[in-house]
Amino acid sequence: MKNPKAVILKRELSAYFTSPVAYIVSGLFIVFSSFLFFAIFFLQNRAELRQFFSNLPMLFAFFIPAITMRLFSEERRNGSLETLLTLPVTSFDVVIGKYLAAFCFSLCMLVPTIAYVITVFIFGKPDLGPLIGGYLGAVFLAASFSSIGLFASAVTKNQILSFFIAFALCIVLALADSFLVFLPSPVVGLLQYFSAGSHFTSISRGIIDTRDIVYFVSITAVFLTLTVKVLDTRRAG
Amino acid sequence: MIEVEHVSRSFGSFRAVDDVSFSIKTGEIVGLLGPNGAGKTTTMRMITGFLPVSSGTIKIDGQNITEDEKTAKRKIGYMPESAPLYGDMIVEDYLRYVAAMQNADEKEKVPQLCRICGLTEVMHKNVSDLSRGYRQRVGLAHALMNDPEILILDEPTSGLDPNQIGEVRDLIKEIGKTRTVIISTHILSEVEMLCGRVIIISHGKIAADSPTSDLRTRFGNSASIHIQAAGCTQNQLEKMLSSLDGVSSVRFIEEDSDALTIPSSVKKRCGAVVSVSGDNEIRPLIVSGIAEKGWTLYDIALQRNSLEDVFRTLTTGGVQ
Repeated sequence: MKNPKAVILKRELSAYFTSPVAYIVSGLFIVFSSFLFFAIFFLQNRAELRQFFSNLPMLFAFFIPAITMRLFSEERRNGSLETLLTLPVTSFDVVIGKYLAAFCFSLCMLVPTIAYVITVFIFGKPDLGPLIGGYLGAVFLAASFSSIGLFASAVTKNQILSFFIAFALCIVLALADSFLVFLPSPVVGLLQYFSAGSHFTSISRGIIDTRDIVYFVSITAVFLTLTVKVLDTRRAG
Repeated sequence: MIEVEHVSRSFGSFRAVDDVSFSIKTGEIVGLLGPNGAGKTTTMRMITGFLPVSSGTIKIDGQNITEDEKTAKRKIGYMPESAPLYGDMIVEDYLRYVAAMQNADEKEKVPQLCRICGLTEVMHKNVSDLSRGYRQRVGLAHALMNDPEILILDEPTSGLDPNQIGEVRDLIKEIGKTRTVIISTHILSEVEMLCGRVIIISHGKIAADSPTSDLRTRFGNSASIHIQAAGCTQNQLEKMLSSLDGVSSVRFIEEDSDALTIPSSVKKRCGAVVSVSGDNEIRPLIVSGIAEKGWTLYDIALQRNSLEDVFRTLTTGGVQ
């Protein structure tokens, strides 16, 4: 008995690796991230990943929606969602399968950044804590942004629109803590809690706090649930 | 096999399907017939579980489909209209993917369906590069992957060229020998050729549900006979014709102008159309009747009322 989630995951992943868009997106990601890394490396003569990690939420807010935008929008536009949902699967299976594909692909985007880690180890003595924390935070960040992207993709038939909805949601979460200075103090705590940026920063300092993990896991769960709901209510009309 | 009970479906304030009930037995090939927008596709989508019903129940094998979605879906093979498939996959990969989703034995089913659906030549082409006919066949292979007890095809021959239509029809006929098949179409001859039973849907309601062979006799007159005779007046002809058994009405028509050249000794001919009730053969009676009176018969032709006529009355005139 094959699990339909695994079959969908496999199909979506192979769809990623056969489409030029995915290579362009991950290529661009390497360009931007290596700029962040090597600017510090060459100009300031420092072998560290802090700059790279501190900008990662913004990078992901742009690149992950570009990965997820086609997942449902394309299927809704060309009607293949109907063929998919009349196979013996539930909307939940479809959402999980597609989500895992997007999540895996965004992790693949991180793989080339190991080159920076190697560079850092050759030229310096980096602290292991922030390094591990940074990658762990990146995994959580990718997980939650992928679910937001998937949700945006289920909302509309238009891939461009889906990209911008996801980008807007992700960038707000990524940058919410940067606006704290302008706001009155009662709002600050709340906003800080909702900011993906501040939770990411705290993990990437190398301190693994359950509150941060709970935050990312709940964002993921909420948006995946919403995606299933959107798929079902769209059909309920 | 399939029981649809008082099913309705609304989209906002628009009632696409309105209190529809029918049941389909195993081994039937049923044609859903109706003009565009009548609710054929919506009905099919509800049976496949893609669209939930607004009210009513749909049972497959006595089991309400909402209770166990996956089991119900496993029994159905469905091809949506125009076969929307993943364009970015080659045919072989696509079929393997469907086999995995349906839990079918890929090594056995994929080559088998390729043979049945005639896909061997295009196995390594991208689905998006296929012609419409081939796409439709891939869609059919998709629908047949799980050896479904019920095959539901939404306009399986739309957009195909005549040769392809023939092939797809033969395929459906072949498949229909052992399975329950529902096809939707607005091509009447297709229903006549393929389906043992036809359900006509109009404005979301069932306008007719009958065996295809009975459709003509049950809805509308079964046949009419065109007659041309000379040597009599129209009234005389009418009187003679109406006295025959099995004639339901007589109507006069203008005489043909495209007849062969008639000798001038022959007087003006008159023509009539006789509507026949039931399935009685009354042509010999008409011929002998005319001969007895000493008139000359020029033309006698039987015309089966076309299904088009029936379809038109049912879908434009009121609901029966």
